Amino acid sequence: MILLLVTFAPIVAAISIMIGFPARLTALAASLLTLLISAIIFLRFNALGGFQFVVTFPISPELGLNFTLGVDGLSLLMILLGAIVLVAAVWFTGEIEHHENAFYACLLLIAGGAIGAFASLNLFFFYAFHELALIPTFLLIGIWGTGNRRAAAWKVTIYLALGSIILLVGLIMLYRAVPATARSLDLRILQAEQIPASLQSSIYLVLFIGFGVLISLVPFHTWAPEAYACAPAPAAMLHAGVLKKFGLYGLLRLALPLLPEGARQWSGILLVLLLANIIYIGLVTIAQRRLDWMLGYSSVMHMGYIFLGIASANILGATGAAILMFAHGLSIALLFGITGEIRKRVSSLDFDAMGGLAKAMPFAAFAFGLGVFAAIGLPGFANFAAEIMVVFGAFRNGFDYQHFHIFQWATLLALWGVVISAVYMLRAYRRTFFGNSAKSELVIADIYSSFSVPIALLVTVSLLLGFFPQIAVNLLVPAFRNYFSATQ
Amino acid sequence: MISAPYLEVAVLVLGAVILLIESFSSKLDRRYLGYAALVGLTLIFLATFRVAPQTATSSAPFWDFYSADTTSLFFKRIALATTAGVIVMILDFAPLVATGIQGTTPQSGLGEFFALPLFTCAGLMWMSSAIDFVLIFVSLELVTISFYVLVGFTRRNPTSLEAAVKYLVLSAVATGFLVYGITWIFGATGETNLQKITTVLSRPGLEQNAALFGAVLVIVALGFKIAAVPFHIWVADVYQGAPTPVTAYLSVGSKAAGFVVLLRVLDPFLLLPQMQTLLVAIAVLTLIYGNLAALPQTNVKRLLAYSSIAHAGYLLVAVVSFSGRAVAFYLVAYLLMTLLSFAVLILVSQPGGDQLESFAGLSQRSPFLAFAMLVAMASLAGVPFTAGFLGKFLVFDAAIATHHFGLVVVAIVTVGAGFYYYFKVVRAIYWDAPSSSTDKIIVSPLTRAALIALIAGTFVLGVYPQPIFDALAR
Repeated sequence: MILLLVTFAPIVAAISIMIGFPARLTALAASLLTLLISAIIFLRFNALGGFQFVVTFPISPELGLNFTLGVDGLSLLMILLGAIVLVAAVWFTGEIEHHENAFYACLLLIAGGAIGAFASLNLFFFYAFHELALIPTFLLIGIWGTGNRRAAAWKVTIYLALGSIILLVGLIMLYRAVPATARSLDLRILQAEQIPASLQSSIYLVLFIGFGVLISLVPFHTWAPEAYACAPAPAAMLHAGVLKKFGLYGLLRLALPLLPEGARQWSGILLVLLLANIIYIGLVTIAQRRLDWMLGYSSVMHMGYIFLGIASANILGATGAAILMFAHGLSIALLFGITGEIRKRVSSLDFDAMGGLAKAMPFAAFAFGLGVFAAIGLPGFANFAAEIMVVFGAFRNGFDYQHFHIFQWATLLALWGVVISAVYMLRAYRRTFFGNSAKSELVIADIYSSFSVPIALLVTVSLLLGFFPQIAVNLLVPAFRNYFSATQ
Repeated sequence: MISAPYLEVAVLVLGAVILLIESFSSKLDRRYLGYAALVGLTLIFLATFRVAPQTATSSAPFWDFYSADTTSLFFKRIALATTAGVIVMILDFAPLVATGIQGTTPQSGLGEFFALPLFTCAGLMWMSSAIDFVLIFVSLELVTISFYVLVGFTRRNPTSLEAAVKYLVLSAVATGFLVYGITWIFGATGETNLQKITTVLSRPGLEQNAALFGAVLVIVALGFKIAAVPFHIWVADVYQGAPTPVTAYLSVGSKAAGFVVLLRVLDPFLLLPQMQTLLVAIAVLTLIYGNLAALPQTNVKRLLAYSSIAHAGYLLVAVVSFSGRAVAFYLVAYLLMTLLSFAVLILVSQPGGDQLESFAGLSQRSPFLAFAMLVAMASLAGVPFTAGFLGKFLVFDAAIATHHFGLVVVAIVTVGAGFYYYFKVVRAIYWDAPSSSTDKIIVSPLTRAALIALIAGTFVLGVYPQPIFDALAR
């Protein structure tokens, strides 16, 4: 029952706001409530207990369709991420000039959709909840965005709709691949089935393309930087921080455990693509001349590391990938939040036009610095712990290759990404906050001191996991142990 | 328990009574006729649940023509619900009828506008029960002839007249194909009853090609009814020119009845490989043409016309995949979302016309209508939690189960294209500032109730399809 509450709190709040409740107050209350409930779930969760807090409502026995919610360690971690970023995003929403209620409703719908997708154990609702975010994203970017917002809104909508429909086909193929007696959309029933090896390859490919579009894997990444650069800051925080993790979550939840043979066959291609994400997009990021575009590209680039963890197909790599999803969500949300505040105060986010902002905005500079350090994986932040696990996991990998193999090469190349991300992040930090200040911008005010609450929330959680990654590992390893027993 | 044929009789009597009152009472406010038709249709709709499904067990020759199985009952309900929705739309459309006819009194002609859809409805209901080519032909003609009048009903309006002429000519050609096809099938098999044709066809040593040729001709005629490519040429102009409630009726009622007849007629032939190839080709053409042609449209009525072609494509995918369940569910979803969008269109277009600009800033002029249109567009595009999505889910499921992967690939691309043109309307509603008029739009209580029912239906069927499956299975 408690899962129903955490899933529907944001959605009900969105509806209440649309019928006239005070927008900011309701949104804040609902997001804090969501965080509180997910914290309660976390405290009452038994890491060794499999799927817990399960609620089921039968819908159509003919289709094997139930509305089923339940969490294991992996989905719990993702729900926590969604709740934390939702609080931060709502808090960071300043004054909205027109249609304030619709703005908050859209934010809550995106978060509610993401949380619902993470909590769903039925493929139909797993898919449906994710798509709930489609129209709000379209409206958020199109109405309240900046820059070339209209083109960006169209691009992200068409891209994600197309990716989703490919994903839907993949899910139906999965559903049709099991014998008719066991046919069900329920994840737990599917996990008990063996998918014939001959079908695994094609299903994996379709799922991989569908999820790949949603995650902005090269070459399907072109929607992401523009959308994040043009989106209003809270929307970018939620989308890049939480919603985009849906695709990675789907790969960890479906593709790896159900289609191990498919994963093995396509791992070579996957490694090439994710290296393109890390190296090629990394270099593109260095070349960016605007802060918002730089952040947009950096979020595409970091997906490569998470992919590397997933591709490694062993417990260590998958655990690292899951923690990195969480950690990246926190750091990118912090960076996009502060950038949104800067955007409101300066005329242009071009690096050449900025500089010396630390004098006028010392608090923003401090918070942004923490975000930068987290993003480049400085020890002490969760990103560091996660990247270490991913790299070690990938080097060993779950496929038992006996000699020096493409996995080892890929890991070595991927390590260079750490250097690349340090270069672009620190350069951006320097050119934004230090150096010569641009003329007329000395009078601008620092961000509100009340924003210290969401910033502290994001940073504390990241530091906590950075120093005690065991908290997350204890959650995740039992969830993954069943999947990889064969290969580990 | 009621016997199924009384349902059609009741609808005909209702229509005849309304026509009589229209002719002999000059003082009555004609809108009461509309309310009377609504009440009557609702009662008949409820009566369908008291009908015992029955197949051709009786020895009476009547049951060789007429089937009252669950499928036909289901499609009778679709016809009744559609007609009720159209009557509500006509009530909203009444002011435009007056300008389109310019009779002696302000309301002249309005009464007939309520009676004619009832005769069409009876035809649609017979079509859904027809298991003999003779009844198929007769009921189809009843539908088509009443549509001739309806399409050209606002006769002072040149575009309506143009639409009527186009519909008349092309429809007559389609009828010709139908009759010709029926003769070939009769000549080859010696039967007009569909079940008997199936038995004859399975007989060894029978020359199948003649019957197959006849079946192709019948498909041409039915392709006209369901607006499949390449028999779609009439659709855009007729939909745009006809009075908007009639467009909605053509788009939903005519298509639903066309599909139920198609399912029945194809039953003997569908397993033949040639027929499979032909239908796959038609489905691919329909999907691609409907969706691509809808992309550049700026007139909402025309956009919905092409979208109706596109949806015929998805329905054909379900037909090729032998999934009667997917066809039936998709048609219900299509009914809900299409009636919803046309009902909003009637209210929005009365001051400003059918252009996309009339929808600009609708979110400020009427948040309720804006939301209704958003739901309709989301469902047409296939966004989850709406009936339209579940329909697409079932269609994709059926296609994958029967290994029609080529169709799946085409459908993926066209669904992506669909998001673009449906979201164009959403964009106009929410992004753009009101262009001409900023007046609030007044929605009558009856229309508001109908819209709320359609929205609720769209959402409920989007997550809970079981009532439809139950109605089909019992």
